[in-house]
This record gives sequence, structure tokens and C-alpha cells, in this order.
Amino acid sequence: MLKINNLHASVEDKGILKGINLEVKAGEVHAIMGPNGSGKSTLASVIAGKEEYEVTDGSIIFEGEDIEELAAEERAHKGVFLSFQYPVEIPGVSVTNFIKTAINESRKAKGLEDMPAKDMLKLIRDKADLLEMDRKFLSRSLNEGFSGGEKKRNEIFQMAMLEPKLAILDETDSGLDIDALRIVANGVNKLKSKDNAVVVITHYQRLLDYIVPDFVHVLYNGKIVKSGGKELAHELEEKGYDWIKEEVNA
Amino acid sequence: MDLKEKLVSSFLAFENNVDVDTEIHSIRNEAIKTFEEKGFPTKKEEAWKYTSLNKILKEDYSVFSKHESSIDYKDVKKYFIHDIDSYKIIFIDGKYSSYLSETTHDGIDVCLMSAALAKPKYRLVVENYFNKAATKDSLPSLNTAFSQEGAYIHIPKNKLVAKPIQIIHLSTGSEAATLAQPRNLIVVDENSHVQIIERHQSLTDNPVLTNSVTEIFANKRAIVDYYKIQNDNANASLIDNTFIEQKRESVASVHTFAFGGKLTRNNLNFYQNGERINSILKGVTIIGEKQHVDHNTLVHHIEPNCESHQDYKGIFGDSATGVFNGKIIVDKEAQKTNAFQSNNNILVSDKATINSKPQLEIFADDVKCSHGCTIGQLDESAMFYMQSRGIPKKEAKALLMYAFSNNVLSSVKIPELKQRITKIIAKKLGVNIGFDL
Repeated sequence: MLKINNLHASVEDKGILKGINLEVKAGEVHAIMGPNGSGKSTLASVIAGKEEYEVTDGSIIFEGEDIEELAAEERAHKGVFLSFQYPVEIPGVSVTNFIKTAINESRKAKGLEDMPAKDMLKLIRDKADLLEMDRKFLSRSLNEGFSGGEKKRNEIFQMAMLEPKLAILDETDSGLDIDALRIVANGVNKLKSKDNAVVVITHYQRLLDYIVPDFVHVLYNGKIVKSGGKELAHELEEKGYDWIKEEVNA
Repeated sequence: MDLKEKLVSSFLAFENNVDVDTEIHSIRNEAIKTFEEKGFPTKKEEAWKYTSLNKILKEDYSVFSKHESSIDYKDVKKYFIHDIDSYKIIFIDGKYSSYLSETTHDGIDVCLMSAALAKPKYRLVVENYFNKAATKDSLPSLNTAFSQEGAYIHIPKNKLVAKPIQIIHLSTGSEAATLAQPRNLIVVDENSHVQIIERHQSLTDNPVLTNSVTEIFANKRAIVDYYKIQNDNANASLIDNTFIEQKRESVASVHTFAFGGKLTRNNLNFYQNGERINSILKGVTIIGEKQHVDHNTLVHHIEPNCESHQDYKGIFGDSATGVFNGKIIVDKEAQKTNAFQSNNNILVSDKATINSKPQLEIFADDVKCSHGCTIGQLDESAMFYMQSRGIPKKEAKALLMYAFSNNVLSSVKIPELKQRITKIIAKKLGVNIGFDL
């Protein structure tokens, strides 16, 4: 589904990603871990198409197509979804209106009519229930005044609405208490299928107890320096990242 | 002969034919003298520092329309809020159009300024109110000298006017260039409530300059909601002079939706003559090309325990220029005043300009006054966030701009009007999304 080859990316001429290779197949869950500043969030933003990042070498192939030249919204229409580490507050746009616009713009891009209002409403309610969200939440301004947990839950709610093929969850566990973590992870697991894939970016093992990865990769200094199964996450939790750094620097 | 000379000499011929031997006649004579002394305002005056009338005064405007034009309703329907039941006072080239209008004398007077000036039964109201709130500045004086036609609305006490009133001035462009000077008088007595929508619309590309004066009197506990839709074409300019005098416990609000024309200047003045008055001034400006919109507001707090709330949002693209000049005066007697003012702007282009200037003159010592002004660009991180969810850049931009103006729109009390404004905004922003927030 996703094939990243020798990806180099920089922001304001500063190299951040220095040769990433990663392949994600349908039905798989990948975890990307690594110390602060290793390039995890940059990788997520580059895949999603943030303009400030410049790809200087390598390629991002999604479903057999090089998506490097595509705008962020075109990637979204093809089924790429990024759950933000820091979801942006947009005063004046309600959660409902935002997701309605997003869904209908995606449909428009596929040559479909707007979703009938009744169907939309039902879909919104079903997915809100899945994430155990209060209905009142839906009429509030997007992310404005939301707690950390509410923001993340709202991200997964949008993911549930948009049904992406590839979901990248950037530090979705940060700022979540244990109940919210369980609800969010539960939501992700219910959306999981053999046809889609999830990339979880995280510092900590605890989210991976709920969303169990097939593969764990360690990103350090702009490169994937180690890959393994879910047991690698446990090892990192126990021993920290210093041994990896030593291995790399040796 | 420049426009000023032309106007002054036209007055000589004009005055012999109107209301001779009445008090109005002497008001006119005074007014033309004032205009003759002061002339058109120039950039040398502080209040006109950022708005120059020079260019638009160069046109050879005809002062009195010679033609009688008629228009089919279907051709102008789009300028009406047509999906609601309303009273309508419609003018074509300054002349009343009875077949497009729907006036009434049933318990309330929704009719014409010309009738009010001429007929004895209106004399008392006219003598009490006509030209009593308008200032003696040059442009209102010019309008006063030539006042002939416009809306006359008198709501006696304890009336809740169920239907909004639409005042629409249409210009057909039958003259090469037209100067229009509509004059509206609105008197709302004790405990009454009225909603009014005003629009000026030019139907051709011939230049039109409108110098409009509206006087509104909100008496004790009256509620007046006034909405101005300014979305005219590229050769139409508007100088709107609105004066609102409020008595105790009244609430008056004016929403100004300034979506352009060539040059638009809003002189909006509130005078609080009583206690526990609330004045609300809100505006959304969205312009581009070389359009110019200037909001010049005044709230004069004269007595204690009153409030005023000003909230103006502006979005400026291309080489558009905007001005916000908001003046608040709090007299020494006006203790416990709460006066708030906020002006937020987004510049979408490098060439767009906004000049924002709060002016607070506070002579009382126990008041709460605040003002805030921001000028910024669209939030890039919000753009990426929206795009990452599949909303294309243009639509994302539009949604952000709409959201930015939404807290002004949300206080529009007529749902159909709100929908219409929303549609105009979507069209201005070049998108086809619903924005039903």
C-alpha cells in the first residue's frame, strides 16, 4: 500500500529525513518509535503532504502511484489520513460542519454528489457513539477549548468518518488519560480491516498494548535504524533509547 | 464647473419648487450654506485621512434624474430578500416605485419621505425629528439641502412590527453618471420593535454616487435592528451617513455587510441620550480588486449605565484598501459605561491595506472601555489541517474566512437574511460550499 524509498526531506534547508525506507502492506499495523527530534512527526507530515517540507530525494509510492507532487487534499482523497499530534483549533467552524465539508469535498473529488443530509447525520451519530463522544461536542467549534483527550478523540472520530486506507496516528496517545486511551484505541481497532493499514507514531509502549503492531521501527536521526516485531517495543520501554544510539554511533 | 459649484447653482433652481414657506425650507437653506462653506471633505481632514473622494467627484453627475425608468420585478428580484414576507419601499433612480413596493398605514407608517415632508398629518413628527440627529458636516448638509425622497417609517408605541422592512434604492444608469441623495427618517416610539434591511444597487456600469442620510430615533425601550447590505458593482460609490439617537433603555443594532462597490464610506453615529441604553455596531467587510471600504464610527456615551459593543471583521484581497476609525466618547456624566470595540482584519494579499484606528475620549472615571485591533494572515497550520482532511485549499481558505466573520453573522436575527449574506460571501470567495454553521 505504502512504499517509501530512500526518502530525504528538509525544512528551510535543514535536512531532517535522511534516507527512510519503509513498506506498509494492507492489513498491517506499524509502529514508529524513537527519541525526540528523530524526525517522526516530520515523516508523518511529509507523507500527508505538508508544503513546508521539501522532499529532496527518494519517493513516496501510495497504491502504486508516486504521490510526492500531490497536494495534501489530493492525498486525503486517495485515502491518506493523518491524525495530528497537535490538532489545530478553528474557531467558528463546528465539528459537524467541518466533517461534512471534508466528506463532501472528498465525494466531489470522486465525482459523487453530496451525501444526503439524513445519511450524513446518521453516520456522524454512529461514529460519535463509537468514540463515546457527547453529542453536544459535535456543535462546538473545532478543537476550540477542547481538552487534550477530546482533541485526540475528535481526530479518531474524523478518521472513522473518512475511512482512510492508510491512517497515520502521530502521538495520538500523548495527553490521553487511561480511559480516553482505551476509547481511542478501541475506535482504531474497530476500524481496522484487512484492506487498510495503520502507522502509529509514539514515544511509549503503552498505546501499543491496545493497538498491537505487526512491526516496530526505530527512527533515529532521520533514519530507520532498527526494525522488529512487537517485542522490540517492550525492549525500548525497558531499556530506553540509549543502547540504540550507541549501536548506531558505534 | 466642478461638482460643488454645480450643486450650489442647482439648488437655486430647486428650492423654488419645494416646501416654500415652511420650516423645512429654512433648514435646506441653512444646509446648502454649510455645504458651500465646507465643501467636499478632503484628506486634510483627520476623519478623511485615508479616504479620498477626489476621483469619484470628477464624474459629471446629473443631480436630478430626467428619465422615468421602469424595471421588471424579475430583473431585480435577486436584490430583495424575497423569501420572506416584508414591507418594501423601493426607489428607482430616486423615485418611488409603487408597483415594486408594499407600504402600509395600518397602525404604523411605512411610506415615503416626500409624503412626510408635504402632508400636514406628518408635520408634527417631521418637525420633531427631521434633521435633528444629522450633524452639520458637509455631506449630510448636502443631502439635507436636496432631501426629497426616501423612506419614512414611524412606529407608534407598543408595536411589534411582525415583518421586516426592506428599503432598496435601484439605479438604472439612465444618465451617464448619477448623483443620488436618498433621505430616510425612522422614528420608533416607546416599547416598539422593528427590523429594517437597506440596500443600494446599481444596475449598470454607469457611475453612481450615493450620498445617503438616515436618521433613526429609538425612543424609550424601543428595539431597532438595522441591516445594511453593500454589495454594489464596480462603478458605484456610496457615502452612507447614519445617525441614531437613542432614549433610555433602548437597544439599537446596525450590521453593515460591506462587500464592495468602488468606494464605500460608512459614517455611523450613535448618540445615547438616556440611561441603560445598548448600542451594537457590527460589520463584515470582504473586498478585493481596487475596492475601498471605510468604516467611520462614533458612539457618544452621554448618560450613565449604558453599553456599546463594536465588532468589525475585515478581509482584504488584491489591492483593496480598508479603513476602520472607531471613536468612543464617554462624557463626564456617563459613569458606569461599558464600551467595547474590536476590529480584526485579514490581509489575503501583499498589496492589500488596512488602516485601523481606535479613538477613545473618556472623561468619566468609573467606566469599562476596551478596544482591540488585529491584522493578520490566514493561519497556515489551519490550512494544512483542513487540507489533510480532504478540503481543497480554496475551500479551506473560504471556510476559514467565513468562520472568521461568523460571530458577526451569528447575531443576524432574520434567518433568510443570514442565508443570503452567507451566499453572497460564498460567491465573493468563489466557492460553492454550504457553510451552514
